[in-house]
Amino acid sequence: MKVHEYQAKEILRKRGIPVPRGMPCFSPDDAVRIANEIGGARWVVKAQIHAGGRGKGGGVKVVGSLGGVREAAEEMLGMMLVTHQTGPMGQQVNRLLVEEGVDISRELYVGLVIDRSSQRVVVMASSEGGTEIEEVAANSPEKIFKAFVDPSSGLSQDDALEMMKNLELEPDQAEEGARFLEQLFVAFWETDASLAEINPLVVTADNRVIALDAKFNFDENSLFRHPEIVAMRDTDEEDPAEIEASAVGLSYISLEGNIGCLVNGAGLAMATMDIIKLYGGEPANFLDVGGGATAEQVTEAFKIMLSNPELKAILVNIFGGIMRCDVVAEGLVQAAEVVKLKIPLVVRLEGTNVKRGREILERSGLDMITATTMADAAEKVVAATES
Amino acid sequence: MTILINSSSRVITQGITGKTGQFHTQNCLEYGRGSDCFVAGVTSGKGGQKFAGIPIFDTVEAARCETGADVSVIYVPPPFAAAAIDEAVEAGIGTVICITEGVPVKDMILTRDRMRDSGTVLVGPNCPGVITPGELKIGIMPGYIHTPGRIGVVSRSGTLTYEVVDQLTKLGMGQSTCVGIGGDPVNGLKHLDVMKMFNDDPDTDAVVMCGEIGGSDEEECAQWIGENMKKPVAAFIAGVTAPPGKRMGHAGAIIAGGRGTADDKISALEDAGVSVTANPAEIGLAMRQAIGIG
Repeated sequence: MKVHEYQAKEILRKRGIPVPRGMPCFSPDDAVRIANEIGGARWVVKAQIHAGGRGKGGGVKVVGSLGGVREAAEEMLGMMLVTHQTGPMGQQVNRLLVEEGVDISRELYVGLVIDRSSQRVVVMASSEGGTEIEEVAANSPEKIFKAFVDPSSGLSQDDALEMMKNLELEPDQAEEGARFLEQLFVAFWETDASLAEINPLVVTADNRVIALDAKFNFDENSLFRHPEIVAMRDTDEEDPAEIEASAVGLSYISLEGNIGCLVNGAGLAMATMDIIKLYGGEPANFLDVGGGATAEQVTEAFKIMLSNPELKAILVNIFGGIMRCDVVAEGLVQAAEVVKLKIPLVVRLEGTNVKRGREILERSGLDMITATTMADAAEKVVAATES
Repeated sequence: MTILINSSSRVITQGITGKTGQFHTQNCLEYGRGSDCFVAGVTSGKGGQKFAGIPIFDTVEAARCETGADVSVIYVPPPFAAAAIDEAVEAGIGTVICITEGVPVKDMILTRDRMRDSGTVLVGPNCPGVITPGELKIGIMPGYIHTPGRIGVVSRSGTLTYEVVDQLTKLGMGQSTCVGIGGDPVNGLKHLDVMKMFNDDPDTDAVVMCGEIGGSDEEECAQWIGENMKKPVAAFIAGVTAPPGKRMGHAGAIIAGGRGTADDKISALEDAGVSVTANPAEIGLAMRQAIGIG
């Protein structure tokens, strides 16, 4: 799960980790009021959307007057902000963060992720702050320093200090930076985060080490023990179809194509998308109905897929294991009747009780195309979209 | 021989009194030599009861002492799954298979750290389990699609594995052991570990490997295959069409920071001499070609 920058900074601030003074707001009036409260002569107005790369798209403005704050807020609120992570349509800006301007002397990078190979949290730091860390990793990997954290003891003071010294900071700055790192690790660990990125972490002209930006993602499997994180969820940032699907226990991701897929199991669902593409079609979604696939779930799945106006056909690919094909077939028949399906439906059933499942489909009199193998199914569904 | 499990394994089910644990234990009992192999169940507070004739114990330790169990399968709910693994490790169980989906990543980091020097092998979590066809099924896969034979199967996903096994069986290629390693980022056995076991197994002639986007396990396995593997390998990688930054169902199936793409994995495997197919309907055929009977 993702949160906004201001929410990530709230998590840091609560733990005494230095961030610029600032507050979120939803209107230009509030933006001006907050800027006034913060005081000073320079402010930063930042669009709050979950995607990165906001600066380049016009989502971050540094201004030198309260009038400038108002102007920037008026411009940003409601705009469709396009960045390299939003897709061509962009994401609507509904919230802003207004912060004090900070005099920057150096920009650093700090990131924490779960490293799959070592099965530990890895802390990364680089002197190349402000740029995309992937670019640094590709072009000058020697500039990224890493520490793999022993989960039983946490990030040690020595490791944190060593990393900061590698960034060629003055001794007192390095100590401050090390303290920042240690506290950041604790914040990451205590909140069950899956990613934390401070880019840039800045050293200010008056020698403070402070998080100018902050990004946190959280492990979905751990949300049950973090109601305070769940409360930060902003559904405006999510695809409505994906939210609807997760409410009924389906895993759904919208894609660009026109062939809907309904599959049991994540790996088989990806493989089904792949084979559609291989046969010249474009999948409209990833949809894993999981191990249950009741008539109700299949009905909901059909409805969610059909909410996409581009949809030209649906491919159902079920490998029944524990889930029996006859039960799936009955669910499919019911669902197709409930939603009054008007576009071609290709069904491929395999596995437990497949014979009875196919009989049920045939007897139903429903207008559907049955297929035997995945290849057969892909070929038929692609043909159906072309006719 | 085969790998990980066979008819001389002695198995306990942790979480045997739950609905899932009961349903799958019953199915496993009815498969192959299951009724000889499944010797106990564990549910705290239910010790002294029985399920399908199998004695239930309060702790893994007690179950192991009484029955000599060397394998455990776990169906306990996600918040308690890592603790169940810990309990099995501490009781000295040699092979632990965790089926549970949705285990917090932090719990797994701590559990993997604690079991580092234990000698226990972990499969999963979030996996379908392990089956040695005709002998023993431990997990949630449909037993009947499998046929005893000499092809090893290792995969990160459940139903995709069934698809592959079904293709192999229909093409007349039976399986030695099929291992579902699961779709989580922090887990037990990786492709590489299972590949090494198959390489050393006299009952396995060739291996099918199914990977998916996310992480670099397939690439690491590919490098090892190129340098060490004595047996033919066929592979399929799911997620060529998956967009970056989107988690495709499995917690571990996500292209992050430009890494873990299907293309990277496919080219690493091809460089290692693996027969990679882009068509998931032809994984069985790719295996046949790899062993030279296609």
